[in-house]
Amino acid sequence: MTATIDASTRRVTTAKAISEAIAQEMRTDPNVFVMGEDVGPYGGIFGSTGGLFDEFGATRIIDTPISETGFIGAGIGAAVEGMRPVVELMFVDFFGVCFDQIYNHMAKIHYESGGNVKVPMVLMMAVGGGYSDAAQHSQCLWASFAHMPGMKVVAPSNPYDAKGLMISAIRDDNPVIFMFHKGVMGLPWMAKNPRSIGPVPEEEYTVPIGKAAVAHEGSDVTVVSISMSVQHCLDVAEELEGDVSVEVLDLRSLVPLDREAILASVAKTGRLVIVDEDYKSFGMSGEVIATIADHDPSMLKAPVQRVCYPDVPVPYARVLEYEVLPTRDKIKAAIAKVMG
Amino acid sequence: MISDDTRVQFYKDMVRIRTYEAALQRDYHADKTPQWDIGAGLIPGEMHLAAGQEPVAVGLCANLEQDDAITGPHRPHHLALAKGVDMKAMTAEIFGRVTGLCHGKGGHMHLFDPANHFSCSGIIAQGMPVAVGQAFAFNRKGTDNVAVAVAGEGAANQGAFHEALNLAAMWKLPVIFIIEDNDWAISVARDTATPIKDGSLRAAAYGMPSARIEGNDVEAIYEACKIAVDRARAGGGPTMLEIHTVRLWGHFEGDAQAYRGDELQEATERDPIPAYEKRLRAAGLLDDEAVAAIQAEAQAEVEAAIAFAKESPEPKPSDAYLHVFA
Ligand SMILES: Cc1ncc(C[n+]2csc(CCOP(=O)(O)OP(=O)(O)O)c2C)c(N)n1
Repeated sequence: MTATIDASTRRVTTAKAISEAIAQEMRTDPNVFVMGEDVGPYGGIFGSTGGLFDEFGATRIIDTPISETGFIGAGIGAAVEGMRPVVELMFVDFFGVCFDQIYNHMAKIHYESGGNVKVPMVLMMAVGGGYSDAAQHSQCLWASFAHMPGMKVVAPSNPYDAKGLMISAIRDDNPVIFMFHKGVMGLPWMAKNPRSIGPVPEEEYTVPIGKAAVAHEGSDVTVVSISMSVQHCLDVAEELEGDVSVEVLDLRSLVPLDREAILASVAKTGRLVIVDEDYKSFGMSGEVIATIADHDPSMLKAPVQRVCYPDVPVPYARVLEYEVLPTRDKIKAAIAKVMG
Repeated sequence: MISDDTRVQFYKDMVRIRTYEAALQRDYHADKTPQWDIGAGLIPGEMHLAAGQEPVAVGLCANLEQDDAITGPHRPHHLALAKGVDMKAMTAEIFGRVTGLCHGKGGHMHLFDPANHFSCSGIIAQGMPVAVGQAFAFNRKGTDNVAVAVAGEGAANQGAFHEALNLAAMWKLPVIFIIEDNDWAISVARDTATPIKDGSLRAAAYGMPSARIEGNDVEAIYEACKIAVDRARAGGGPTMLEIHTVRLWGHFEGDAQAYRGDELQEATERDPIPAYEKRLRAAGLLDDEAVAAIQAEAQAEVEAAIAFAKESPEPKPSDAYLHVFA
C-alpha cells in the first residue's frame, strides 16, 4: 500500500503528517486512542496530536497526569486486552522515570508468554537537540531502546515517511517506539531545514518498518544515518554533487535494522561514513560497522568515519552544543577523509 | 508577629525576583525576531519563569540558612534568588557564559550552587529524593540543617514524590516537601490530573504532618514554613506543605496559553505583589517614594547582573569535553 507523489501532492510538516496518520487510523479502528501529557487541547508539545482533540474528544485523546509509569503501564494493559494505544512520552529523556514498564513489560510480554500475549502499542516521543535545551531535554537515545529485544524502533527523517511509518506502527502487533526529532517536525517556533515540510499524500499508505531508504543515490561513499541527521546528509550530498557521488542511506528504523541495504550500498561504494546524533559508543554506528565486519571487512577501501555524538552529556551553551552535534561541516570532513 | 522590617523585606525580595523574571523575559524574546526561534538569541532554549510564585520562595527561604539545602524544579529562579544564589553567576549561566554557575554547561533548568546547597532538575519530581539524601547527610553529620524539596502540583503525581515522602517519614529526616500548586501542569489543569482537592492529604499516607496553604500570602507561607522548618531542625521529621500559588505567565516563554481561557484574566488579578504592596501601604509601611526606591534598587541590581552576563566570555568549544568525570 504505497502512495504516489507528484507535483500536485500537498506539502505538510512532519507534525501534521503524524497527527493525520493517527486520525486516519482512529477513524477506521475504534480501538485506537491516544494518551500522554498535553496531547489534548494543546495538541502535543511538538504538535504530534494537533487537531485530534477537536475531532475525537477527551474520551479518545486523553491528557494524563505526569505519571509516566502509570500511563505507559496502562497503555500496555489496554494493548494486551486488544486496544491499540498510541502513548506519548513527551521527551525521550524522561524514559528514566518509566523504563521498567517499557523494557521489562511492554517489550517482553510477548516473548515471556511464549507468543500468547501481544502488545500492539505505539510509544511515541520527541528526541534530539540543537536548540540549547541542555542535558535532560536534548538526547536521542534510540540505541538504548534498540539494544533491548522486543520493541521495534523507528525514527523518520521526513513527513512522507513519518505518516507511512506511523500507520504501520499502529497496525503492527508489536510494541513500536516511534521517535520524532523536534527538528524534523517543521515547528513554527524552531529553526528548520526545508526538508521538514514535504509532499504527503492525503490517502492512507504505509511505509514498511525495517526497510531503509536510499535517500540520495551515489557511488563513491555510503553515508548511513537516521532521523534529523539524514537531512544534513542530504544537504551535503547535494552540495558535493559533481565532486563526490554520495549515497545517503536513511535507515528509518534501528529495529529491525535493514542490514541488507547497508551491505548493498557499501558493496557498491566501498566507503562508509555513519552520522548519528545519539551517543557514539555502544550504539548505532558500532552496529552498522559490525554489520560490515561480520559479513566481509574487505568490502571497505578505507577506514570507516563516524560523525556521532561524543560520549558527553548535552551541554547548554550553543558554542558547546554545536561543538559536539553532528553538523554538515563535520559530515563533509568525514567524507573527505574516507575519500582520501 | 512578623516585624515591620521583615514585612518590608518580604516585599523587597518579591519585587527583586519579579524584576529579575521580567528582565529575563524581555531579553529572552528581544533577539528571537523576526521569526521566533526557540534556539536563537542570547538566551536560547526553554525558559520557565515563576511570576506569581514569589511568595513561596520568599516565605520559605526566610526560614532557611545558607547551609540548608533546596532541590528545585524546572522553574527555579525565584527559589535560587531567595536562597542566596549569586544573581550574576546565575544570570551568566542562563546566558551560557563561562562565568556562569556551571560554566555554561547547565542552563536555566540545571543550576548548581554547592555554596548555597541549591540545585534543580528539569525532570519532574526527580529532585525530591535527592533532598531526602541531603537531609540524610545532615543527620549523619550531626548538623541541624534541613533540606527542602520543591516541586509543582503536577509533580506530586509522579512516583518519585511518593517514594521520597515515604523514605523521609520512615527515617524521620529533616525534609520539608513544598508543592507549589499553580493550578497548571503545562496545559493540564490540576483538577483533571488528580481527584484529590487538597494535595496535602497525601502526606497522611506516610504519617507525615502537612497543610494546604491558600491565598498565596507570603506571611502565611512564612509562618507555615517556620513550623515545618523548626520541627525538622528539632529532629521532629519531615513535613509536607501544598501552597496554592499562581502562574501569571505561560508554562514556558512562547506558550500562547489558549487552553487557559478566562482563567488567565482571573489569575492576573491574583498577582500577589500588588496585593501585598496594598497591605503594606495600608499599614503605613510603604508609600510611593519607598516603592519607587525599592523598584529602582531591584532594577539596578538586575541590569548589572545582565550586563555582567553579556560582557562575560563564552566557553571555549573544547570545554564541551570537560567534566564528564571528576
Ligand atoms: C518526568 C517528566 N515528565 C514530563 C516532563 C515535562 N514537563 C515539564 S514541566 C511539566 C509540568 C510540570 O507541572 P508542575 O509540576 O505542576 O510544575 P509547573 O510547571 O506548574 O511549575 C511537564 C509535564 C518532565 N520534565 N519530566
